[in-house]
Amino acid sequence: MTQLPAHTEKKLGLVIDLDTCVGCHACVVSCKGWNTENYGAALSDQNAYGKDPSGTFLNRVHSYEVQPDQGAAQTIHFPKSCLHCEDAPCVTVCPTGASYKRVEDGIVLVNESDCIGCGLCAWACPYGARELDQAEGVMKKCTLCVDRIYNENLPEEDRQPACVRTCPAGARHFGDLGDETSDVSKLVKERGGFDLMPEQGTKPVNKYLPPRPKDEQIDILAPLLEPVAAEPKGFLGWLDKTLEKL
Amino acid sequence: MNQPVINLSPKVSDEVRKTTCYMCACRCGINVHMKDGKVAYIEGNKDHPVNQGVLCAKGSAGIMQHNAPSRLKAPMKRTGPRGSGEFEEITWEEAYDIAVGILEPVRRDNPEKLAFFTGRDQSQSFTSLWAQGFGTPNYAAHGGFCSVNMAAAGIYTMGGAFWEFGQPDWDRTKMVMIFGVAEDHDSNPIKMGLGKVKARGAKVYGVNPIRSGYNAVADEWVGITPGTDGLFILSLVHELFKAGKIDLHYLAQWTNAPVLVNGDEKSEDFGLLMRDKDNKLMVIDRTTGKPAAFDKKGVKPDLAGSQRVKGVTHRSVFQHMAEKYLDPQYAPEAVAEKTGITAERIKRIAAELADVAFNQAIEVKQEWTDFRGETHDKFVGRPVSFHSMRGISAHANGFQTCRALHMLQIILGTVETPGGMRFKPPYPKPPEAHPKPHCKVTPGQALDGPHLGFTHGPDDLALKEDGSPARIDKAFTWENPMSSHGMMHMVISNAHAGVPYKIDTLFMYMANMSWNSSMNTRGVIDMLTDKDENGDYVIPNIIYSDAYSSEMVSYADLILPDTTYLERHDCISLLDRPICEADAVADAIRWPVVEPDRDVKGFQSALCDLGGRLGLPGFVNEDGSQKYQDYADYITNHIRRPGVGPLAGFRGNGDEHGRGESNPGQLDAYIENGGFWMEHVPEDAAFFKPWNMNYQDWAVKKSFFDKPMPYLFNLYVEPMRKFQLAAEGYGTRQPPDHLRERIKATMDPLPIWYSNEDENKADEYPVTALTQRPMAMYHSWGSQNAWLRQIHGHNPLYVPTKIWEENNFKEGDWAKVTSPHGEITVPVAHQAALNENTIWTWNAIGKRKGAWALEDDAPETTKGFLLNHLIHELLPPKGDGLRWSNSDPITGQAAWFDLKVRVTRADAPADTQSQPNIPAQKSPVGKGPENLTWKLGK
Repeated sequence: MTQLPAHTEKKLGLVIDLDTCVGCHACVVSCKGWNTENYGAALSDQNAYGKDPSGTFLNRVHSYEVQPDQGAAQTIHFPKSCLHCEDAPCVTVCPTGASYKRVEDGIVLVNESDCIGCGLCAWACPYGARELDQAEGVMKKCTLCVDRIYNENLPEEDRQPACVRTCPAGARHFGDLGDETSDVSKLVKERGGFDLMPEQGTKPVNKYLPPRPKDEQIDILAPLLEPVAAEPKGFLGWLDKTLEKL
Repeated sequence: MNQPVINLSPKVSDEVRKTTCYMCACRCGINVHMKDGKVAYIEGNKDHPVNQGVLCAKGSAGIMQHNAPSRLKAPMKRTGPRGSGEFEEITWEEAYDIAVGILEPVRRDNPEKLAFFTGRDQSQSFTSLWAQGFGTPNYAAHGGFCSVNMAAAGIYTMGGAFWEFGQPDWDRTKMVMIFGVAEDHDSNPIKMGLGKVKARGAKVYGVNPIRSGYNAVADEWVGITPGTDGLFILSLVHELFKAGKIDLHYLAQWTNAPVLVNGDEKSEDFGLLMRDKDNKLMVIDRTTGKPAAFDKKGVKPDLAGSQRVKGVTHRSVFQHMAEKYLDPQYAPEAVAEKTGITAERIKRIAAELADVAFNQAIEVKQEWTDFRGETHDKFVGRPVSFHSMRGISAHANGFQTCRALHMLQIILGTVETPGGMRFKPPYPKPPEAHPKPHCKVTPGQALDGPHLGFTHGPDDLALKEDGSPARIDKAFTWENPMSSHGMMHMVISNAHAGVPYKIDTLFMYMANMSWNSSMNTRGVIDMLTDKDENGDYVIPNIIYSDAYSSEMVSYADLILPDTTYLERHDCISLLDRPICEADAVADAIRWPVVEPDRDVKGFQSALCDLGGRLGLPGFVNEDGSQKYQDYADYITNHIRRPGVGPLAGFRGNGDEHGRGESNPGQLDAYIENGGFWMEHVPEDAAFFKPWNMNYQDWAVKKSFFDKPMPYLFNLYVEPMRKFQLAAEGYGTRQPPDHLRERIKATMDPLPIWYSNEDENKADEYPVTALTQRPMAMYHSWGSQNAWLRQIHGHNPLYVPTKIWEENNFKEGDWAKVTSPHGEITVPVAHQAALNENTIWTWNAIGKRKGAWALEDDAPETTKGFLLNHLIHELLPPKGDGLRWSNSDPITGQAAWFDLKVRVTRADAPADTQSQPNIPAQKSPVGKGPENLTWKLGK
């Protein structure tokens, strides 16, 4: 049983825009690349060139179809990684203290040297955001690129999570959601950002921005198509008059 | 609380090397982080014009591609029968001896017996030079089976199309409409652009039978019936004409809409454009009412102009357009059923286009001068933009459909205006600025000019003196007179049939012709292995270059192993498929950020060696010695025109850009600059480029062309009329009789739409089957990537609700899919967001056992499949005794997306393998490791 901090100085997290996510998996693979080479054990791959290849990923994109009452079915791309919850059940369930939430920024991390790979935290996480690395036997999860965001060896503009830096559509935003004046907090307010599965009571820091309404077919522009003519002869008469005015 | 102390500032890498990605054809800038001389991490280059720091899934997985177990290790000579995959490794010297032994006599006796086709080559200005030096007319890359319809329709109509040629003005547009769109063409710029547009709240329309990717985020999805895009577009044109919502000023000033068309039915010039005694296009000047040259200072070209001479009336192009597009056949009510879009919706979309273009016009204050000498104080923008590539191209009506889309943009007055579609340097260029095709063969000599180009009438066709095709692929013949990119998809079947003639050697690069890059895959495999009555292969010699153990490797007699993209020199050249942006001219390089650890060589360097040994003009010095030691030497020192070489940046002493002498330090200067060179388009040259003298003068300075060449957009494409006139019996070069009616019907100089359903037996096969390329996997050379195959490891057949329910399909079921040509049995999955008469799957995920160093039970080989087995290079027999090519009759573009099928539920195959289950080939590189833990740092 591990304790959560009563308060964190910041609430760093991601804001993910479901209106612009095209489901390209750029964030998934950029995350895999950075975190294979950096924090903790490599993200391994089993059966890499064989049947049922399966590796460790800290971020995955799921796709769903939604059928509205009216109109065509819609496709939603839904990236999912650790949401760095304020009431993170993965931390409180950890028997060794390996899982912890940082006081200074609220990032939830696994101290791999204390992790015994029991898997309780993955079981406790309602979002399925943790994966046990099969080669190393330790629990892996999104670190919010803790080794990038403060990294003095990186140019300042690159001090953001790999997934945010790489997202081609600009659908991922990083910042302090505990600060009402931050860009991410403003974005959440403007766009009606929401919590994933709030009924779980985990108080996730990451937020999702909803897709805008789609396929609205309100026809207010019909008068614009008022015919000037229905056949070529009448059209030429209109043309002549209009060209005079040009 | 006791928190562990962690290192928040670990060392990221020893060094960052900046080069160009090659995980698809997008060509983004990448930062390759090195540790201990090895590749540790790849990210996007923030300074690069294409991707500005972002990088897609493919690019980020480059490390797995670079280290793939499927990499070829050394040159190889075939030891077993073709297709067996049995090879022995040889030295490069032995490989060159074998190649020269084959090619030298071919060149000496009859160079046309070499067919040299370079697939997804990004160095065509180099490989075509090699082929010209060899003297064979048989050269092309993969454009003919990809998107030539879009490219050629764009060039002929307005001097450029999309992607390399132009892009929506993402920063200003208020409405974007994308048709089709392969998710791996210009992929990062489109995603960045859509992100910007959506952040501004502007509307995105997706016109596509499948609602995935970009269409999933589109604000409005138009799930059109495949192959009817042209009809939908012409219906929008009809509505806009009827309502007078067209940019009359733009059409009068900048297009050939006011140019007079010869109306004399008895003349051999009937339907051609009228010219004055100086051979200038003729318009009626609205001020005087008299004919005048289109470019005369002060002329006011009259869209309604006509001239009556000797009892014959010659009317403007615009009058012909009005007559054609006001016809009720294009009324929304008339096209609704065929397109699957209701008449109300077509009308509403037309009204939205008109509203944004005309009621929401924007202005950029800027003085500029047009080619008639008139000075303007602003650029007026019509902020509607479009994008499209392969989806509307890969149909037999694709050329005219792409033309229709370009015409729609032009009548709205959006092209080259703020908020509309903007060209990227070195485009726009009029069709006349491009070469014409060349095909004159002289034994032992170079070809008489570049192979590929643009035909302007029957005189430009690639025909021999007896009228037979000069090229093995029959490009630029009466069967497809405007086949500007060649027809790679016809090479193997024509070579096997010996029609139009037999060849000796097939030499290919980066082209998986025995698998996903061919129609009729099984048939092509048989053609590659077929033997004649003497027991010799019908295609006697096959030389192939690839970096990886692809399916095609096992069909070659000699393998020249290429490097990975991080081990090679390349230039992304303005002479080729450039990477510029609307506001900047740019080119880039690849360089060996790591040296190969295998006995492999960049294919272009191998061609320098072969060119030297064969004594090819352009590849040897005057004393006969090899001219270029390797590709880097060529990139630095080749001079195409005085002062112009493969790279435009850092010429002369390193401070000249565009034109200048060769600079021995040029590649170092590129490396120093982050792997690319870029210069911004001046602000007074930013828009209206075809007519803007500020741009034209700048373009000459930068070497895009040698003198200003302003031109009019060709709403009416006169060369097409010239082919029609020949079919009507005029002129000395005449088409064969069986093609006359088709040429008359399809080569309309104004965009039309025609159905391809009957040819594909849609009455018996009512469902259209499509493929798409996923964003996270390239369709050509990436499908064994250890990380990406976990995202796209197999490809179910996606089935819409109607067909799903008709067949009582359930999760895990299999379907039999039958076309007029073949049958496959494959796993199905349900997708509701899909046109109800369309099925589809991801392209080229299916792999052959033994290829790509995959295990034999990899899902790509067991469940994965190709639709290619259902598609034939010829259309089903019509009963006229002839077999017609499954291609666009104008350009020869492969009509992949005309495929019609029937779908029925099937029992799972006994081996639970997708059918046909083509037997394994032997892997010349062994198999990959079971597990990966990839980490260089501690």
